[in-house]
Amino acid sequence: MYAQMVKSEATQDDPAKLAAFQARIDAGEKVEPKDWMPEGYRKTLIRQIGQHAHSEIVGQLPEGNWITRAPTLERKAILLAKVQDEAGHGLYLYGAAETLGVSRDEMTEMLLDGRMKYSSIFNYPTLTWADMGAVGWLVDGAAIMNQVPLQRTSFGPYARAMVRICKEESFHQRQGFDIMMKMAGGTPAQRRMAQNALDRFWFPALMMFGPSDKDSVHSAQSMAWKIKMNTNDELRQKFVDQTVPQAEYLGLTVPDDTLAWNEAKGGYDFAEPDWAEFFDVLKGNGPCNVDRLEARNKAWDDGAWVRDALMAHAEKHANREVAAE
Amino acid sequence: MDQQTATFEFLCRMGDNTLVLGHRVSEWCGKAPVLEEDIALANVALDLIGQTQMWLGLAAEVEGAGRTADDLAMLRDVWDFRSALLVEQPNGDFGQTLMRQYLFDQWHVAVLTALMESADPRVADIAAKSVKEARYHVERSADLVIRLGDGTEESHGRMQAALDKLWPFFGELFDDDPVDAAMAEAGIAPLPSGLRADVDQEVAAVMAQATLVIPADRFAHRGGKTGIRHSEHLGHMLTQMQWLQRAYPGATW
Repeated sequence: MYAQMVKSEATQDDPAKLAAFQARIDAGEKVEPKDWMPEGYRKTLIRQIGQHAHSEIVGQLPEGNWITRAPTLERKAILLAKVQDEAGHGLYLYGAAETLGVSRDEMTEMLLDGRMKYSSIFNYPTLTWADMGAVGWLVDGAAIMNQVPLQRTSFGPYARAMVRICKEESFHQRQGFDIMMKMAGGTPAQRRMAQNALDRFWFPALMMFGPSDKDSVHSAQSMAWKIKMNTNDELRQKFVDQTVPQAEYLGLTVPDDTLAWNEAKGGYDFAEPDWAEFFDVLKGNGPCNVDRLEARNKAWDDGAWVRDALMAHAEKHANREVAAE
Repeated sequence: MDQQTATFEFLCRMGDNTLVLGHRVSEWCGKAPVLEEDIALANVALDLIGQTQMWLGLAAEVEGAGRTADDLAMLRDVWDFRSALLVEQPNGDFGQTLMRQYLFDQWHVAVLTALMESADPRVADIAAKSVKEARYHVERSADLVIRLGDGTEESHGRMQAALDKLWPFFGELFDDDPVDAAMAEAGIAPLPSGLRADVDQEVAAVMAQATLVIPADRFAHRGGKTGIRHSEHLGHMLTQMQWLQRAYPGATW
């Protein structure tokens, strides 16, 4: 999931309208942009979809870090295709958020000045080629856990965007796993790189689901609105249960001494990530927060003359057409 | 020069151009002025890398020395590269990247169109696949050169500076040498000089719409396509592009 700790807004709408709205959601109807919706629903969705979109955009950076060092032409092509998909996901998601009454430029500004967040995971550095495998396998794998159920989310444009995104994300995950297989079955140095990548990405991947939300009222509201489909803990458990056998298949060791199969619950017991680190990263103290935001700000500032010129050209052109009539 | 050597050289020129330019364009990842351009740049880079796989794959086959496309891309040093000087020029600002792309695209479409008639069906086949992408590339790059050239005062200034800077690297694409002569004689590829008149006409039309002035001086830097004298930039690019293959020899990825 690329949205973490999305606060849901309390809502002060007419109780009768709210009840009717809830009945539609409970009946499994999709809410469309022109339909009436509670202000809280709109604002929460803007935050959540925006955070997801920003994650796709910032997420280009840790992978772009390796495009120019990809070891073969095929790997370079696959990585380029993946990053292109991610920019495309950003585009659909900004489009979905725009139907809620906020422009892409406004959301971009909020990302650049820190008012809106992106997923904590992209504040971790990609240090070896195996990280391209780990990002696909673990990060895209964790994202899919939440995005698959979101295909059934109540807001129509978001659900439809998620259908397209999920198809591409599962392809990305397979590509990541393929890199891991090559590395884990490769030379001793490659195996070391693969283990090292798992060591560094395991807990940050678990953090992607956000802290335990069993006591959170915000989470309960989002779940009632079908903006959030599962609790963070459910998804994290599912992710661990899916990923541990894959790590075993690769011959890699999950960096958790407490990891053990629990027959009674039919899942693994595992260690919680360091939540203090998670909150530090959210506050801006992750290893790459400053670099990531600087890179996005620089791209935006350096590109201002291009955006201005395209607008100016379009206006000139429109004026010339008017003059010619 | 025997025909096998000449054909290998020619194929390396085609593949190294797309490799080096594709790599340069990929350096933009996540840094474009607008999201649509992030997508377009990745798409262009992806097309060029795909074409590289075909050209260098055929080059390796023609050479018959057991090398692969990846060996050619990742294990040759600067002096064995046959890319034109234009494509190894650094990205500069978005205007410079776009101008480099446009000048290359306009030549690329012309050469690929001619290569569709190649006497070597393998060459004709790669050209037929590539030209569809190249036509889209030139449509986009010409459109952006026009809009940025005839945009604001600042964008006009930047685009004119980009044209002035890159123009001396354009002429090399149309140089003839013994490799080209051998290719033309065998009917494999056209003489580059024969493409210039038509390409010049297209460039003049685009620059006129972009309100940009083509430099009068036809001086051209040379040495990229022959490999005799590349720019200093290429070596730095290779240190990055080839690093993993060089640092971990013999590994498969």
